[in-house]
Amino acid sequence: MNFIFDNNRPIYIQLVEQLEIYIISGKIKSGEKLPSVRDLALKTKVNPNTMQKALAELENLKLIYTERTNGKYVTKDKKLLDKFKDKYAKEKTKKYINEMKELGFNNSEIIDYLKIKEDI
Amino acid sequence: MELLECIHIYKDYDKKQVLKDINLKIPRGKIIGLLGKNGMGKTTLIKLINDLLTPTSGKILINGESIGINSKKIISYLPERTYLDKSMTIKETLKYFEDFYDNFDTKKAKKLIKDLDLEIDTKISKMSKGMQEKLQLILVMSRNALLYILDEPLGGVDPATRDYILDTILNNFNEDASVIISTHLISDIERILDEVIFIDKGKIILASDADKLREKENGSIDEIFRRMFKC
Repeated sequence: MNFIFDNNRPIYIQLVEQLEIYIISGKIKSGEKLPSVRDLALKTKVNPNTMQKALAELENLKLIYTERTNGKYVTKDKKLLDKFKDKYAKEKTKKYINEMKELGFNNSEIIDYLKIKEDI
Repeated sequence: MELLECIHIYKDYDKKQVLKDINLKIPRGKIIGLLGKNGMGKTTLIKLINDLLTPTSGKILINGESIGINSKKIISYLPERTYLDKSMTIKETLKYFEDFYDNFDTKKAKKLIKDLDLEIDTKISKMSKGMQEKLQLILVMSRNALLYILDEPLGGVDPATRDYILDTILNNFNEDASVIISTHLISDIERILDEVIFIDKGKIILASDADKLREKENGSIDEIFRRMFKC
């Protein structure tokens, strides 16, 4: 886990975002047990309190759950994971299209570029 | 009960007022940044908490008790300037700390020293400045204290040493204890802070949760500080 933080934004929000990506990309697998708050904090070099806050937020989003006395686990809910994946995919696509339009490309030109992706 | 409470603290040097009505509550389990430019009262406040100076008026409570023998037992303090006897070896220094403090964890200190590849028979005067800084931090963090007070722990260290210092603070602080870090090098340290206290011209200007402040003011703690004090 190599997390990079931007001091201009709340650290816990960045932790939530980066952990979300670890979860939806399967780097931390569905149903897998998470390391302890302290270990996660040490790995990502943040304050354990900040990590605790980020995990609480992930739990609110139902991406992780707590098994009493046993620790925290990544959700097994595939539908939920797909929903988050879809949300990220839409955000990234929107960002890409906006950037291409700023460069002066129209929709059909953008589609042409997407088709030649294997040459890039 | 708060770990540390400062109630209406004033401190004058002759006719100069260096601290004006400082009110402060520090809970357990937090890393707190005491942030301010040089000469604004940070070190004076720290010396008051450590009983090295006496307030002109006001009261300081540690764990609910007035400052005294008990408070010294639970505070582990890293002063701005080195206090180690450089003619001593690391081994002798460890013995000195062991004799001096009941709560000094020699095993922990030895492990941290070993992690640095330092030989225990090395004389402190033979160590680089960066290594001396690291050793001092190890000694301070190896006490099982409730309040760690680090005065400018990053003064003049290189980026690798800075990372080591931040990691060592994070690795060795527990939920019962709090750490107060005084510094003017905000950007280097702000990532690990729970709470920030801005001190200027002897007064506390702002005290806030670090992430809430970033959210509210839309910027880094360093930037917010610069905006406020235009330095």
